[in-house]
Amino acid sequence: MTALALRRPNVPLPTVATAAAAAWLVAWLIEAPAAEWLTFSILGLQHETHLGEAVAFFLEDLPKVLLLLTGIVTVVTLIRGFFPPERIRPLLAGRGLVPGSFAAAGLGIVTPFCSCSAVPLFIGFVEAGVPLGVTFAFLISSPMVNEVALVMLWGLFGPGIALAYMAAGLTVAIVGGLFIGRLHLERYVESYVYELQGRPTIALEVHLTWADRLGDAWAYTRGLVRKLLPYLILGIGLGALIHGYAPTDLVAAIGGRSNPLAVPLVVVLAVPMYSNAAGTIPIVQALLGKGMPLGTTLAFMMAVTAISLPEFVILRRVIKLPLLAVFIGTVSTGILVIGYLFNFLVS
Amino acid sequence: MRTIEVLGSGCPNCHRLEANAREAVAMVGVEADVSHVTDPREIVGRGVMSTPGLVIDGVVVSTGRIPSAADIARWLSERG
Repeated sequence: MTALALRRPNVPLPTVATAAAAAWLVAWLIEAPAAEWLTFSILGLQHETHLGEAVAFFLEDLPKVLLLLTGIVTVVTLIRGFFPPERIRPLLAGRGLVPGSFAAAGLGIVTPFCSCSAVPLFIGFVEAGVPLGVTFAFLISSPMVNEVALVMLWGLFGPGIALAYMAAGLTVAIVGGLFIGRLHLERYVESYVYELQGRPTIALEVHLTWADRLGDAWAYTRGLVRKLLPYLILGIGLGALIHGYAPTDLVAAIGGRSNPLAVPLVVVLAVPMYSNAAGTIPIVQALLGKGMPLGTTLAFMMAVTAISLPEFVILRRVIKLPLLAVFIGTVSTGILVIGYLFNFLVS
Repeated sequence: MRTIEVLGSGCPNCHRLEANAREAVAMVGVEADVSHVTDPREIVGRGVMSTPGLVIDGVVVSTGRIPSAADIARWLSERG
């Protein structure tokens, strides 16, 4: 709807934006009662039965997640358009390790990150004089504290868990950046990266109108939702099955506090699911409802977004194996510590 | 002869941008050499860190997004 209207220049942009926002709000308000009504009145399923609960879970969560994704990702992408790495680099260059790591972790939240840009980003930061630790603080924070994960956590669990996730991600990024910075591993950066240092910074002649920005945000969101939709359906379907059928004892026995290996187990499980937060969060939601503790849940989420094998392969082009190993080790250790810590604190 | 360079590691987005650039060249009807820069050193050397980037006659006009063929055609004629 928005996309069609944007192509017609005769409809003013504020009108389109307002209409889209209003339609979104109406859909958000009627979504849960509509799912209830469909499940129990139209399909005639019973409350408190396995099938009824599973179907209601699916019909309520799928539109909810789709609405959250389209609405919030559009807004977040729009905001992120104002913080390209080219613009934040001068803010990080020449800062000390400690203030730089805090700033880089924070900016990592608002900066768009794509693993295909990881190499130019790394070279760009280092050649502009951004310290190595600060660069890694950014490389940890940017993919981990990502908009899809935050949106889904906020929508399905509420603000508390979403903020806990963000705080945990920032902590891992800052501590990881400080740790890597203190180790002085500059010799493990491929030498050509430093040979490029000291080139003049080039001013870019990039001008974007609001129509450009809205169009970009909407195109990105549409692409993302289309890409994620099969995983969402699968994830929410599995979540619905767990919600309706899985015995609480089983989940608690495998993922619960009594299993001390639960945290590393979920981290390993999460590795092949990289960058698929949207499909995994509904499963996580169902597991949390069945008694998986918060720390284990957060560790799983963080591992899904931050431990990405393709990104590590790409980064190998700019850093040598020992530094890559330190990076992976730091991130994994940070996630494990967060997992155990939250399990210990929230009980 | 105009020059258009697409900066990017060869990801799907870069190929879409290159296709849009070629379409724009056809729309405007100018003679242009469209090339693809994949060396990250070269990309960063143009001041670009978010790919895909678009360079027209040596000037970076877009980074981290895929402008439409119509947009690129407009830039081509404005700068011509």
